Amino acid sequence: MLDCGLDMTSTLNFLPLPLVQSPRLSKLPSWVLKDGSMFLDKELKECSGHVFVDSVPEFCLPETELLDLSTVDVILISNYHCMMALPYITEYTGFTGTVYATEPTVQIGRLLMEELVNSIERVPKAQSASMWKNKEVQRLLPAPLKDAVEVSMWRKCYTMPEVNAALSKIQLVGYSQKIELFGAVQVTPLSSGYALGSSNWIIQSHYEKVSYVSGSSLLTTHPQPMDQASLKNSDVLILTGLTQIPTANPDGMVGEFCSNLAMTVRNGGNVLVPCYPSGVIYDLLECLYQYIDSAGLSNVPFYFISPVANSSLEFSQIFAEWLCHNKQTKVYLPEPPFPHAELIQTNKLKHYPSIHGDFSNDFKQPCVVFTGHPSLRFGDVVHFMELWGKSSLNTVIFTEPDFSYLDALAPYQPLAMKCVYCPIDTRLNFIQVSKLLKEVQPLHVVCPEQYTQPPPTQSHRTDLMVDCQPPAMSYRRAEVLTLPYKRRYEKIEIMPDLADSLVPLEIKPGISLATVSAVLHTKDNKHVLQLPPKPPQPPASKKRKRVSDDVPECKSLKPLLSGSIPMDQFVQTLEKHGFSDVKVEDTAKGHIVLLQEAETLIQLEEDSTHIICDNDEPLRVKLRDLVLKFLQKF
Amino acid sequence: MPEIKVTPLGAGQDVGRSCILVSIAGKNVMLDCGMHMGYNDDRRFPDFSYITQNGRLTDFLDCVIISHFHLDHCGALPYFSEMVGYDGPIYMTHPTKAICPILLEDYRKITVDKKGETNFFTSQMIKDCMKKVVAVHLHQTVQVDEELEIKAYYAGHVLGAAMFQIKVGCESVVYTGDYNMTPDRHLGAAWLDKCRPDLLITESTYATTIRDSKRCRERDFLKKVHETVERGGKVLIPVFALGRAQELCILLETFWERMNLKAPIYFSTGLTEKANHYYKLFITWTNQKIRKTFVQRNMFEFKHIKAFDRAFADNPGPMVVFATPGMLHAGQSLQIFRKWAGNEKNMVIMPGYCVQGTVGHKILSGQRKLEMEGRQILEVKMQVEYMSFSAHADAKGIMQLIRQAEPRNVLLVHGEAKKMEFLKQKIEQEFLTPLELEFLLLFPLQMSAASCRPTERPPPSSPTPASPWTSPWACSRGKLPQSFRLVSPEQALKELGLAEHQLRFTCRVHIQDPRKEHETVLRVYNHLKGVLKDYSVQHLPDGSITVESILIQATAHSEDQATKVLLVSWTYQVGIPHFQSQSLHPKPPSLLSWTYQVGIPHFPPPQSLPAGLDLPGGNSSFPIPIPPSQLSLLSPGPTRMKSWAVS
Repeated sequence: MLDCGLDMTSTLNFLPLPLVQSPRLSKLPSWVLKDGSMFLDKELKECSGHVFVDSVPEFCLPETELLDLSTVDVILISNYHCMMALPYITEYTGFTGTVYATEPTVQIGRLLMEELVNSIERVPKAQSASMWKNKEVQRLLPAPLKDAVEVSMWRKCYTMPEVNAALSKIQLVGYSQKIELFGAVQVTPLSSGYALGSSNWIIQSHYEKVSYVSGSSLLTTHPQPMDQASLKNSDVLILTGLTQIPTANPDGMVGEFCSNLAMTVRNGGNVLVPCYPSGVIYDLLECLYQYIDSAGLSNVPFYFISPVANSSLEFSQIFAEWLCHNKQTKVYLPEPPFPHAELIQTNKLKHYPSIHGDFSNDFKQPCVVFTGHPSLRFGDVVHFMELWGKSSLNTVIFTEPDFSYLDALAPYQPLAMKCVYCPIDTRLNFIQVSKLLKEVQPLHVVCPEQYTQPPPTQSHRTDLMVDCQPPAMSYRRAEVLTLPYKRRYEKIEIMPDLADSLVPLEIKPGISLATVSAVLHTKDNKHVLQLPPKPPQPPASKKRKRVSDDVPECKSLKPLLSGSIPMDQFVQTLEKHGFSDVKVEDTAKGHIVLLQEAETLIQLEEDSTHIICDNDEPLRVKLRDLVLKFLQKF
Repeated sequence: MPEIKVTPLGAGQDVGRSCILVSIAGKNVMLDCGMHMGYNDDRRFPDFSYITQNGRLTDFLDCVIISHFHLDHCGALPYFSEMVGYDGPIYMTHPTKAICPILLEDYRKITVDKKGETNFFTSQMIKDCMKKVVAVHLHQTVQVDEELEIKAYYAGHVLGAAMFQIKVGCESVVYTGDYNMTPDRHLGAAWLDKCRPDLLITESTYATTIRDSKRCRERDFLKKVHETVERGGKVLIPVFALGRAQELCILLETFWERMNLKAPIYFSTGLTEKANHYYKLFITWTNQKIRKTFVQRNMFEFKHIKAFDRAFADNPGPMVVFATPGMLHAGQSLQIFRKWAGNEKNMVIMPGYCVQGTVGHKILSGQRKLEMEGRQILEVKMQVEYMSFSAHADAKGIMQLIRQAEPRNVLLVHGEAKKMEFLKQKIEQEFLTPLELEFLLLFPLQMSAASCRPTERPPPSSPTPASPWTSPWACSRGKLPQSFRLVSPEQALKELGLAEHQLRFTCRVHIQDPRKEHETVLRVYNHLKGVLKDYSVQHLPDGSITVESILIQATAHSEDQATKVLLVSWTYQVGIPHFQSQSLHPKPPSLLSWTYQVGIPHFPPPQSLPAGLDLPGGNSSFPIPIPPSQLSLLSPGPTRMKSWAVS
């Protein structure tokens, strides 16, 4: 199974979970069906024309009905965003296999899960809505609730014990490590350049190679650059995790981010940056590190609030081996690879586990707050939205591309606060994809259906799709796709002594043949050819029969012969070798050569020779050798 | 059997100056490039002339691998790459790459600046040398070239220490470097997967020691330090800046805190803070516990341990000082030792191995009067304690590693001759019978003051064990053939556009039998079935008999009905060549002898391979593709297979 991601856009249908009682949210009117029936009034609330479920947010799981997950042997994880559904899979489906991921992926993935669990568990909600999920009811609801897929499969967040149990099933791997799976295939993670420890995977047998390219980046940010060369010669390349915002240039967005931030702060407003606790935030902090002094922001406090803020900042500094070259060399000095260490040391950046405790004492405005969750449905960000939403001096800047910012903001409307959308998505865009495919030249490309056509909102932009030859094969949810290639060869090892005994014969220039007679041993999907066992020495006793029974009997070989025998030359040769009474008769298919004195008959046909000779072994051997002279033997 | 050659250029039966040349399937790899700290002359570096007498190092070596940053494993690297001249790749882990140049610079300073030696590598050379280093990750498979790949495994021992697997085709060697099979206070335990190398080259520093539990040793150490400090004495602990020092600091730090002790603890060089910083940044290389808790509490930030100033050595009252270097052969530790040696209240604790020739080694072997520079005699009255904290595997650990990796051969290096002999016997006792392992002991380098020439013994797999290797190995060997395919005979012919030619023989046997034809056939059938019990004899519905592939038909003689003609017909066949070569030996009635009796022609005996055809003769096994369909025809387990190879 390739990746195990969680669709969190489902949470956008829910009301935000405030940390402290929010009078505004609790006063929202109930949504009433057109016919006036009120049975959903506890479950659905209306805000500025949108309807939200008033319940603990739920997530949309990967498809679990289509196949029996207990038959999955291995899950390969490509980056920490793509493992968020792991506890649902490893704990509740009978899955007993192994999960492979790099160390940073696991550590940061754990942080993301911890933050998720923490921000949902610390605000327990009494009610859990389920009536609206009834198919008959859902049909009557307004969009987007009406169109939400598989709502019956939506699940509440997992717990920390489940996270720990799931993570304990992960086996850590390093880039370019070759991992044997049951001797049948080898999998190898490669740097994908998108995030700390993010990987593409090669799945290969000795003669076939499938590349799984998921969430890759060619931009130079903090992670190790993408390993493209190792993707070459793929039979199939599965391409996914492209940029969500193909029209936005990440560099430009970072610039816009900085200038909007500076402008707001200079005007005395606060800046809220909803973000994940790891990833782009490292790059943003690095930009700000270079920017704040020149922009005159040195006195503005930067707050990073997350239950895992400290861990995230600390972990980022210890994964030097997974970072880009520049950062790697810093550790040799030794200096911390990320400049946020200095921001923390100089008190410009402060981090807190939550808004409670120390933060409330230190809190000074105007300020910049980085906090989660980017969906604006849970986490400390909900508090800041409520706190700052009423003032037009403040700005919320969206940098994470996973959620539509308009949908994210919907339950906070009407909003006075400025909203700036600077999505920073460093993953491959379509221009980079076609460059990559040209470079790597896979035989077949497989990708999600969405990538094979222009975005629905920009149907004229034919440049915003995967363009390759032969055209990419597409797949969609719950669809089975057959890949257009077959396994044709296996590798087999020939033992040296057996190889020694081979007698190759050049048949055509550059092509030699040799017969191989051997015993095939197959163990753990590895094949070895060995010399046949030696015949057993005859034992002194009379038990010899039984002994020889144990040894596999060895039959004679029928060597291959090829060619045909030219009649005239053959007769000449016979005469040269002393056969004076050669008589030739023609038949329908060839000739019969008669050696009258020897009472011997040789039937010659295009593809066969038949020597009929009685009780004269020397003669038979002689004739055989003469015949063989005209044939190719292997 | 594959042929793997091992030549120690440094450590054979000796600690220090680790440098081993391994030749595997035509590839030459140098493992470590250490120096010997007991010597100040030519002998401190490995003898590279063994290679250079036949050409440049770069041409000969495919790569160099450094296992960890200790100078006895990397100290000769700048000399090797910059002064002798090597431009190929040098592989080491990231922490080793970070720390190694610092220790080299340290060593250079002591040698050149303090001892005033010339003809030594310079700072610039260290920098240039490090530019040739390629850093590797744990478990990353590094493709050195198309055929040679290496892979690093965690070794414990010191930060960034690694064991390396070197693999060419199906042949592989694992070199352990120094390793540690029990996790200590800051590092984890070495680990190998069941990689079944052809050869495991393992260190054997503590070949005879089965060390008591780590906890006992720690308690012992703390007790000794505590007692000395209580009676007002000073404790000197010579250490290397990185490695053991950090473990002992953690130990003392927690002890001081628990016992609420006030005596100062100092760490001698400016390296400390830097060293601790390295530990912090490379925390993923430390043990599980430290990695788990580092966010809350960084184990490498010490409250009680302060930087040492030279003037402190003369302060009255008790103190504990960690000073570099670890073998008391130079630098600050030696200076402090000279100051404190005369007082019996003081104590020096040697926490690691000391190389012969160093002051450390001398006092550990009981010498109490030392000749220092300028013929000065130093009398040692202070207590000398040796505590084996060095993170090497003991005999138990070495056995454990062998169990993990299941090698076909084991080679002991980096140890002392007698101890290795002991361990060899121990390993043989445990493994030889059940696993059929072969063992090899490397013999020591014949060293003389003028020069040292390596003498080697062939590895156990060598076909001619009597003859020592005389010339350096052949540098290159033809590439293994890549384009072999194993296909069915039919497909081979089809691909070549050839048709098969059937060659059959028929022999008429006349027998007098007045009965009907089918009765004759039945008689013959019953007779054959009785005689040829081991073969498949069948009576077919059309009246013919088959014995394996031989067909027998009976017809009445056209002129004489009482005479039956048996037509015995067979195709051209040969015995399996292997059996022919065995035909001189007596054997039970086999198909071969039987076929001879009925006169089936023989195939000429196999010739040896034509010269010039580069087949992987006795050198190695090599992979050949076969179609999976071919495999499905064959049941698992030993199955006979008849097939063809097309090249």
